Amino acid sequence: MTNISATPMTFKAFVAVIGLTLSGLASAADNDVTLIIKDHRFEPAEVKVPANTRVRLVVHNQDQTAEEFESYSLNREKIIPGGAKAVIFIGPLKPGSYEFFGEFNEATAQGVVIAE
Amino acid sequence: MFATGVIVFRETLEAALFIGIIAAATRGLPLRSRWLAAGVVAGALGSLMLAAGMGQVSAWADGIGQDLMNVAILSIALLMLAWHCVWVSPQAGKMVMEAKRMGHAALEGSSTLWALSLAVALSVLREGAETVLFVSGFLSGSSEGLLMVLSGAGVGLATGSLAGIMIYWGLARIKTQHLFAVTNVLILILAGSLASQLAKTLLQAGIVMRWSTPLWDGSALLANDSTLGTLLHALVGYEARPAGLQIIFYLGTISLIWFAAKQMKASIDNKQATAAAVS
Repeated sequence: MTNISATPMTFKAFVAVIGLTLSGLASAADNDVTLIIKDHRFEPAEVKVPANTRVRLVVHNQDQTAEEFESYSLNREKIIPGGAKAVIFIGPLKPGSYEFFGEFNEATAQGVVIAE
Repeated sequence: MFATGVIVFRETLEAALFIGIIAAATRGLPLRSRWLAAGVVAGALGSLMLAAGMGQVSAWADGIGQDLMNVAILSIALLMLAWHCVWVSPQAGKMVMEAKRMGHAALEGSSTLWALSLAVALSVLREGAETVLFVSGFLSGSSEGLLMVLSGAGVGLATGSLAGIMIYWGLARIKTQHLFAVTNVLILILAGSLASQLAKTLLQAGIVMRWSTPLWDGSALLANDSTLGTLLHALVGYEARPAGLQIIFYLGTISLIWFAAKQMKASIDNKQATAAAVS
């Protein structure tokens, strides 16, 4: 019975610990690459990353509307709401080029990751 | 209008096939339609709320909030399917027989449907939130008129749902005594598919860092964006370039659930045999 009042605090602490652990993991990545979405286009459209290394891709959607970052060759898909930043880990990749696109605006939102 | 329709169709397809299979798996159970409809409605309402709050959710935990949300959604849905396969399904045949004998007054059976109802709600929630974000973005940013966008979305939703209805009718033609064997296998594979998506989400968010390299590349043989690839992705979780972790999760989940269900069935048969011997 006494536990009931303690539960929300315990839960908050738990969430905080998880959050800290995860953000710790996320910032521990060695390679950050920033990608911007503007006017339904990726900037830069060609992203160079080191091969055989994990890369933390930070995608900043500067449009008002949501976009879905999608890539079959990278095996990734993630929604990025309008104005939001999202983190996507990719790799380690073999040297080569990996196409990606914005599913919601496929006509213009095209890009490629080049691992070398 | 065409582009809107195609994307809404793709988002709808996965949830529709999921619901079609679940509906076939629960055929004959009392109050089943109500439970499943409640799941769809709850999922649809939830997806409107999730879409509205997606901006906040995405910013959580340093940009991987959405992945954490998906991890939670996929894990709960996976648990519900596992619970059904292991606990409910070995007794489902008996429950349908009882429901038939006693008429639909045998309502105890319906208490086992909450798990699948929740799994349906979560499936609709995930695909629905994406669809809402896409359509609302298209409405505000597109040169096409409101009517064109909405009718495109409507056509996509209708054709996607049709796929679900078709798989349901296909399965419904199977005789009752074989139906559960077939739907059990399908639900088992759906569970594997959810586990594979869970693995992908963990890798994408950087929560798990190992086994992220694709084990093979089948994209030349069957690409993920081909029609068959899309269908197989929705049905059995097909990936042209699966990460090692996805394969581990997929096969591990299927064998674990299969083994547990087998144990459970053996223990139920045992009890029945003992009961028969005593009487």
